[in-house]
Amino acid sequence: MSTILKDPKNIEPGTGVLPDPEEVRKEMLARYPAKVARKRSKQITVNKIEEDGSVPEMGSNVRTVPGIITQRGCSYAGCKGVILGPTRDIVNITHGPIGCGFYSWLTRRNQTKPPSDDHENYMTYCFSTDMQDQDIVFGGEKKLKAAIQEAYDIFKPKAISIFSTCPVGLIGDDVHAVAREMKEKLGINIFGFSCEGYKGVSQSAGHHIANNGVFTHIVGKDDTIMDAEYKINLLGEYNIGGDGFEIDRILKDCGISVVSTFSGNSTYDQFANSHTADLNTVMCHRSINYVADMMEIKYGIPWIKINFIGAKSTAKSLRKIAAYFEEEKLIKQVDEVIEKEMKEVEKVRLDVRSRCEGKLAMLFVGGSRAHHYQELFKEIGMKTVSAGYEFAHRDDYEGRKVIPQIKIDADSRNIEELDIKPDKEKFTPRKTAEQITALEEKGYEFKDYKGMMPDMDEGTLVIDDISQYETELLLKIYKPDIYCAGIKEKYAVQKSGIPMKQLHSYDSGGPYAGFKGAINFYKEIDRMVNSRVWGYLEAPWQKNPELSAKYVWE
Amino acid sequence: MLLRHTTKEIIPRKALTINPAKTCQPIGAMYASLGINSCLPHSHGSQGCCAYHRSTLTRHYREPVMAATSSFTEGSSVFGGQANLIQAINTIFTTYDPDIIAVHTTCLSETIGDDVNQIAAKAVAEGKVPKGKHVIHASTPSYVGSHVTGFANMTKAMAMYFAKATGKHNGKFNIIPGFVEPSDMTEIRRVAVAMGIKPIIFPDTSGVLNGPQTGKYKMFPKGGVTAAELTSCADSIGTIALGPLASADAARALDAKWKVPCQVQDIPIGLAATDRFINALRIAAGVSVPDIITQERGQLLDIITDMHQYFYHKKVALAGDPDHLIPLVEFLVNIDMLPVHIVTGTPGKAFESRIRELTSHLPCTVNVKAAGDMFQLHQWIKNEPVDLLIANSYGKYMAKDDDIPYVRYGFPITDRVGHSYFPTTCYKGGMRLLEKILDVLLDRMDRDAPEEKFELVM
Repeated sequence: MSTILKDPKNIEPGTGVLPDPEEVRKEMLARYPAKVARKRSKQITVNKIEEDGSVPEMGSNVRTVPGIITQRGCSYAGCKGVILGPTRDIVNITHGPIGCGFYSWLTRRNQTKPPSDDHENYMTYCFSTDMQDQDIVFGGEKKLKAAIQEAYDIFKPKAISIFSTCPVGLIGDDVHAVAREMKEKLGINIFGFSCEGYKGVSQSAGHHIANNGVFTHIVGKDDTIMDAEYKINLLGEYNIGGDGFEIDRILKDCGISVVSTFSGNSTYDQFANSHTADLNTVMCHRSINYVADMMEIKYGIPWIKINFIGAKSTAKSLRKIAAYFEEEKLIKQVDEVIEKEMKEVEKVRLDVRSRCEGKLAMLFVGGSRAHHYQELFKEIGMKTVSAGYEFAHRDDYEGRKVIPQIKIDADSRNIEELDIKPDKEKFTPRKTAEQITALEEKGYEFKDYKGMMPDMDEGTLVIDDISQYETELLLKIYKPDIYCAGIKEKYAVQKSGIPMKQLHSYDSGGPYAGFKGAINFYKEIDRMVNSRVWGYLEAPWQKNPELSAKYVWE
Repeated sequence: MLLRHTTKEIIPRKALTINPAKTCQPIGAMYASLGINSCLPHSHGSQGCCAYHRSTLTRHYREPVMAATSSFTEGSSVFGGQANLIQAINTIFTTYDPDIIAVHTTCLSETIGDDVNQIAAKAVAEGKVPKGKHVIHASTPSYVGSHVTGFANMTKAMAMYFAKATGKHNGKFNIIPGFVEPSDMTEIRRVAVAMGIKPIIFPDTSGVLNGPQTGKYKMFPKGGVTAAELTSCADSIGTIALGPLASADAARALDAKWKVPCQVQDIPIGLAATDRFINALRIAAGVSVPDIITQERGQLLDIITDMHQYFYHKKVALAGDPDHLIPLVEFLVNIDMLPVHIVTGTPGKAFESRIRELTSHLPCTVNVKAAGDMFQLHQWIKNEPVDLLIANSYGKYMAKDDDIPYVRYGFPITDRVGHSYFPTTCYKGGMRLLEKILDVLLDRMDRDAPEEKFELVM
């Protein structure tokens, strides 16, 4: 056993004493079989920022080591669960045995609010073909067709989509042919996703497959132009815990109109109409950048990276949107909203900061949240000592400038890249090349994401696709004040005596986006890291096991 | 309305399942594996299966649920998952050091036909399984049966892998508790021990999925049946299997191979099923029933007589698993409630005929369906409203929409605590069930009572 574990550095809040990250890294790799250690060594990196702003190459979007106990899920989860899950008026049929549909039924906390009881909402329903052994043997297309017919007969939805699970691809059911046939027959939009769980190396493959499908089958179907100013799409916002509602509130106050959100609180019609927006704003770069890119090429809508997690980031993102439209009226209104909102934010922030300053946080989640949430911790004086993504790619760590260097491997090659061309009728550049250049010369960044690592301190430990073993070691060595990940990690962390915040589902909380969300998050972290409950771990008789006196009963 | 598209009009369906009342085999296998001491469940399939099962079990128990996966890619799906599983076995033993890895399959590995026994043997031959450690395996295709089937398959697998007779009785009794909560496994043990029986209970998730907060996390806590106990179960006097679907296969296999006589009983939920369980234990083990058990029975009966007016002829709708629903429906019938709509997603005609038998004398029409779903149940409710709904947490959407008093029961319960600590089995558990039912029925009466009829004493 190494010296670190024998003599763990005593990290008092605020002292700034931290273990040598290189030593921690070595310790992490020491126990693994040689081949596993070699592989993991590329995904465990001590952060370093060169003068030109570049960071070390981060191994990511590669296969998980079998048996290592990973956080990751599958392609189906990324496609059906993440991207299409929050859309309320499409009947989403899972084609497969019952499990996949069951587990993705209402478990992600994406809120939706139909305007009235007469509007469609299928999110509370789970639809599945519940394939049986005879369907596996003889093929499931017949049952799928019948299921679509039944869904149509009962619900008369405007659209039905089909999600393939592992066995579907193996037995060769052609869900796309079935979709075409039934679309023809029923006269509603029906489309399929080949998002079998074994595709790619994580949920990320499913995001890409979903992006392609939504773009091909829905986007561009409704050319109605919304009668409003400053029309944007909000991409990569899933309305977990009501985040999207808070963002919508702020944008409305600013006078900015949202044509569509991909995909929190969304509808089919919003997707169909999304190509009429003036600007695409990207929250979760990993899950949705494909749609942003494709819409730019086909329809001429530029995209920018924004982030509504953190009060400062929210303000910065609003100003960035306003700057794009280059209108004084909007810029002024945005400034007023920010000024008004920040008063309450600052009051709570400073109060919470007085109790959280110097505490340590770790974040292992998602494809952007591990980055975005560092902002909120920073605002209350907490330091992120280690972070990593569950399913991100190199560009999410190192920035988009590395995209040309990313090697295409066997797993990513199988995920289709659509060949998009400008639409002959609908391509209308929202800004001329000169306007774009003029903005860029003023420092405006289009189509850019700098990644997580340049925003992290040197010497922090960046870990991709962290394993349970590595998690336990981090907790032992650093004793962080809070650890953030997902439901599977939650209780092992808490059983170690460390509060754990879920950043996929937010536990039962939220919203955490925008200004009110920032306030909620500050308060939540204050509650968690300063809770009395962690002081009760030992019973009185465990603290003082020796009996020093006894009662005399007579 | 949350379920605004659920119509009163019932259009027959053959292909589309809506709002399932079951899930797939592997999660049951994973749950059963967690009831073995120092065992890491392993899912031989895509990563998503393992992630989904762990998430669902974690939401239900609010406890660490550790399991590994073979992380199939497109390549392994074409060429087979042997390399993945062997590497997984090596990684798990090296990194996490459990005594046992319990492998279950998925629809993916079953469809491509991976032979896990052969792969495990290869891992042993290659020295990837340390001496004294074990890799056990159950075949759990998701497209057959349900989560209950997976539980049954893994329970049978653990018994058949370890059991080995020495030719000498160990003086113990095997009890297979079925797909019940850790609290129920503890309660069944308490009752058996109170009767002077030395039980081997498998699987046993108590102490694993309801562990204490100590500030010190242990991946393999003290709970769970040990390999030594499983080995010894071939020497037991007999086996009582609770729940025909979840437990009978293991009991019968032990009987066939090791001549351990077995009885299959209903899970002891409610008065009559607990009576049969206690009586069967008494006769099989040749012991007398201690006063404490008889007293608990009397207390349960006392609640029934004291509160009968609130139960009498109240209509109930239920969704759940056959092994739970059969004794539960019997219990409701025994206290003069009217279970009118009963659905399980788990297939099997025996369920429908058992329920028909139990409800044949009721003065009302009873709807029952195996391989049904909650959409169907909700439609029945819309046609014939009920006074009480008993279902897992997905029932809350129906309960809210149609304003039905609602007791959470079954798997998963993701929005309340209690099930992992407080049993619903045996007489004490029966009391808790009645308390829960009465709470919602009486709360409803209080809520709806006009002021002049609002009562202090009920």
